Amino acid sequence: MENESITSLTREEVERIAVLAHLSLSDAEVALYREQLSVILAHAARLQAVDAGGTLPPAAVGRRPVLREDEPGATLSREEALFNGPDCDAGCFRVPPVKAME
Amino acid sequence: MEYEAVIGLEVHAQVHTRSKMFCACPVVPDTGNLPPNTYVCPVCLALPGALPVVNRQAVALGIRAALALHCAVQPLSVFARKSYFYPDLPKGYQITQYAHPLARNGYLEVDVSQRFCRIGITRIHLEEDTGKLYHGNDGTRVDFNRAGVPLLEIVSEPDMRSPDEARAYAMALRDVLVYLGLNTGDMEKGMIRFEANVSIRPQGSGTLGTRTEIKNLNSFRALSRAVDAEIARQIAILNSGGQVTLKTLGWDAAGEQLFVQRNKEQAHDYRYFPDPDIPPLAVTPEWVASIAASLPELPRARKARWVAHYGLREEDAALLVPDRALAGYFEAAVKHGLGCGVAPQDVANWMTGEVFRLLKARTSGITGARVSPERLAALLRLLYVEDAINVASAKKILEVMFETGESPERVVERLGLSQISDPALLEAVATRVIRDSPTQVAQYLDGKEPLIGWFVGQIMRETRGKAEPGQAQEIARVFLERERSNRF
Amino acid sequence: MIALCDLTAHEALDLLRSGEITSVALTASALDRILAVDNDVCAYLTLTPEQALAEASAADALRRAGQDLPLLGIPVAFKDNLSTRGIPTSCGSRMLDGYVPPYDATVVRRVKEAGAVVLGKTNMDAFAMGSSTENSAFFPTHNPWDLARVPGGSSGGSAAAVAAGEALLALGSDTGGSVRQPAALCGVVGVRPTYGLCSRYGLIAFASSLDQVGPVARDVTDAALLLGVIAGHDPADSTSRLDSGSDYTAYLARKDLAGLRVGVLQSHPEDGIQAEVADATRRALKTLRDLGAELVDVSLPHGVYALSTYYLIAPAEASANLARFDGVRYGFRAAADTVEALFSRARGAGFGPEVKRRIMLGTYALSAGYYEAFYIQAQKVRTLIRADFDAAFEAVDVIVGPTSPTTAFMLGERVADPLEMYRADALTLSQALAGIPAISVPCGFDAAGLPVGLQITAPEMQELRMLQVAFAFEQATDWHRRRPSLIESS
Repeated sequence: MENESITSLTREEVERIAVLAHLSLSDAEVALYREQLSVILAHAARLQAVDAGGTLPPAAVGRRPVLREDEPGATLSREEALFNGPDCDAGCFRVPPVKAME
Repeated sequence: MEYEAVIGLEVHAQVHTRSKMFCACPVVPDTGNLPPNTYVCPVCLALPGALPVVNRQAVALGIRAALALHCAVQPLSVFARKSYFYPDLPKGYQITQYAHPLARNGYLEVDVSQRFCRIGITRIHLEEDTGKLYHGNDGTRVDFNRAGVPLLEIVSEPDMRSPDEARAYAMALRDVLVYLGLNTGDMEKGMIRFEANVSIRPQGSGTLGTRTEIKNLNSFRALSRAVDAEIARQIAILNSGGQVTLKTLGWDAAGEQLFVQRNKEQAHDYRYFPDPDIPPLAVTPEWVASIAASLPELPRARKARWVAHYGLREEDAALLVPDRALAGYFEAAVKHGLGCGVAPQDVANWMTGEVFRLLKARTSGITGARVSPERLAALLRLLYVEDAINVASAKKILEVMFETGESPERVVERLGLSQISDPALLEAVATRVIRDSPTQVAQYLDGKEPLIGWFVGQIMRETRGKAEPGQAQEIARVFLERERSNRF
Repeated sequence: MIALCDLTAHEALDLLRSGEITSVALTASALDRILAVDNDVCAYLTLTPEQALAEASAADALRRAGQDLPLLGIPVAFKDNLSTRGIPTSCGSRMLDGYVPPYDATVVRRVKEAGAVVLGKTNMDAFAMGSSTENSAFFPTHNPWDLARVPGGSSGGSAAAVAAGEALLALGSDTGGSVRQPAALCGVVGVRPTYGLCSRYGLIAFASSLDQVGPVARDVTDAALLLGVIAGHDPADSTSRLDSGSDYTAYLARKDLAGLRVGVLQSHPEDGIQAEVADATRRALKTLRDLGAELVDVSLPHGVYALSTYYLIAPAEASANLARFDGVRYGFRAAADTVEALFSRARGAGFGPEVKRRIMLGTYALSAGYYEAFYIQAQKVRTLIRADFDAAFEAVDVIVGPTSPTTAFMLGERVADPLEMYRADALTLSQALAGIPAISVPCGFDAAGLPVGLQITAPEMQELRMLQVAFAFEQATDWHRRRPSLIESS
């Protein structure tokens, strides 16, 4: 992969990432991030030069997890669960209407 | 042109554990009917700072399923984050397994209308369920009781060629999961959900066509109807010179119609990466071996054994095998019966007939039944081996046994249902019936021979059902013929 | 006479145990100091004075009843990314303004169970993303040594509070240097433990594979004391180690460093080390040699890639960790007609610029087509960096160098240039990537009177060795006894 092609972001790419990340950005923010991310990614592109060959990511050589025994434990009360909810109704969190999608 | 369908299934089955996949919140059978957001904790509500910890039993059950499906359990598997936004997904990602699933490369053997096929299993992995949405005009409400409930995803190879095969595979898989004790098999409660990948190709072609995905199929009927409809839709497209395009479809079960959920250009970029909160999952050979040792006999093998060893009819075996508790009950009754001369097929007939009928009228299921397999066998011994009761009495006795939990002998004694097998007694009754029914006797002798049934009925009535019907018929025939010879 | 709140925790514990002071008096002294200086320092986001005094008086009652606990009656502060049951926890972000956790982070619970008195929650860069505490959504924290300067970050509030006597001890979190760098800039001691030594349960995640909670204290003994309280396996954190936990203070004793091999890294021009920082470091190394240590040159060939590696891995993990902030169950809610708009607006308006920048960067690094080139490659380089340390520790027992390339910089100085800001962490990133422990201890001052920090790095799980070296150095110097002039005027 050419360093150029991955490090100089287009406006469309920045907008696509913002959609993926669910961030509504102003035009000024899009322009700013386009510039700043390009600089940071250009710096990051130097990693491409490192010969990491068959090196494994640390996760693959790391420790083993401790598993949990299948014992039911305490839950939050509904009051606690909903306490921080910005919009709650009928014991549920409420959001604008969703079309059944998935 | 003749087309052939190529079908693969992804099955999501709830894993029957006591607590959730990554937290200690209880999992209860009927989450749908609980007050919303009462079975939640910081982890499954994805409060800031909460962390997942893997449920050992969920992994053990996953391994159990993998072994039953002849898969290779991976020594190291990795939980990954699948990122997308939806209100029922509290973390903004689902913890699932992606590049390194729990198990790979297995198969399930399935019988489809007298034909046998082997459906390949590509992979099996563990993941967590989402919350539930309730749609309303003034907004959508979100309940997270179900969020974090463990799910097993079983992905098949595209080895099925017809909706029937897909349905047979799905049912066989359901039976296996229920047998393994990891799922209740209750489709109405969404314990098992299907997704089908469908493509078509010219008959005999070796390449695969463009496939579409049908999501959220919640019953066997929906599965086969939707796949059927999609095959027809694709054939129609190709026949009219068009091209099938990548799509995600939904199935409207009420209207029996497919609808488009998503086109290719809206495809997700899920940004999978290993979950840094969960180190790779190591499964030792010792763990796998100990689970393998506890694996029960699976439905298909059990059915084959019954047919071979008990001489059972295939269709009766098929009825009795899927419910593990029922099958166990049947097998215990057969064992008791064999000890005293009751034929397994007779036990099967009573199970699929009377026992099913009586269970249906009750909600407790076979495990709650008050009649032990031993007592069912004892009842059948009275009927078939000792001739102490007749079929009608046996049915009545069984019903009483279901009510009171008494032994068959005690019911027989209490209700005075033991069969009259003393010929002298029956002959006296027959003599009386013939004497009291001159009209019917005359008609019979005139050639209206089916009336013999009426005489048997009268004898049964006189004896209050205690006569053995065959014997009653024989005596009636002998006495009527004797009457005929008396008249001429 | 110094104020009670200027005592170290171990000095205060001695006085509490001998009955010369009470926790109520000690806590009142810290609250007085807060009242006097926090308008200028701005170390705290939330204060819990009534609760603190009640806890102090309960601690005194317990002590009178003959009980003792490791931190009984000691006033402490928690960084605002540590969940505290019933106390607002904003993580320095507008996104969580008003959020009140229904549970305590494991480290918070341990500190409370050790008898500490909770003063409040300290300011931080939003979601721990920053090196100056200027990314707090509420206000920046000021360096007690010079109010025109930053305290470092992201645990700037904790470091400033401890430096200014506004708490005897504090907890911070260190993802790429967020405890050590502000400790250096504020002239206090800060520890980043081995990854997995302290539970992350309840720590609002920034980058899961890097985040660690660590103590901020006025001397090494206090840091060891607090570390001993928070270290230990937690079944609620799958990444927490089983082999953890120790009473570190028991092993601290004044001694020479004969036989100790100290690794010295040749600095890289790109590190941009301020001359006075380099001088202070040289003097510190001489002190260690005078104590009997042998200085050995070491190199970390892949260290030069630490910045790039860190700024791919940390944002990638953050992009997923911060996906839960969608305005549904808690946090900032924007008016919207559709769910899509709700998510995007809540996140667009609730997150600050640095957080959004890193989410964008991380989302990009994980997106289709770039995952292998960026994220996977960064993970591989991370393994190489860890291997460099493993090789270096074959030849040396600890590695010593500066904590921060510069002393505290001016507020506003680096806000416009993210990459320049990122360089403030250049010397603290590689330990985080390798998962190994490091401590920053005061080792001098620059011409402007700003503190310089010395960083001592040890192999995995060698906290004790690290603390012993730091303790020996501290005993041979008096940098840790200096206090900002702000205190005298208060």
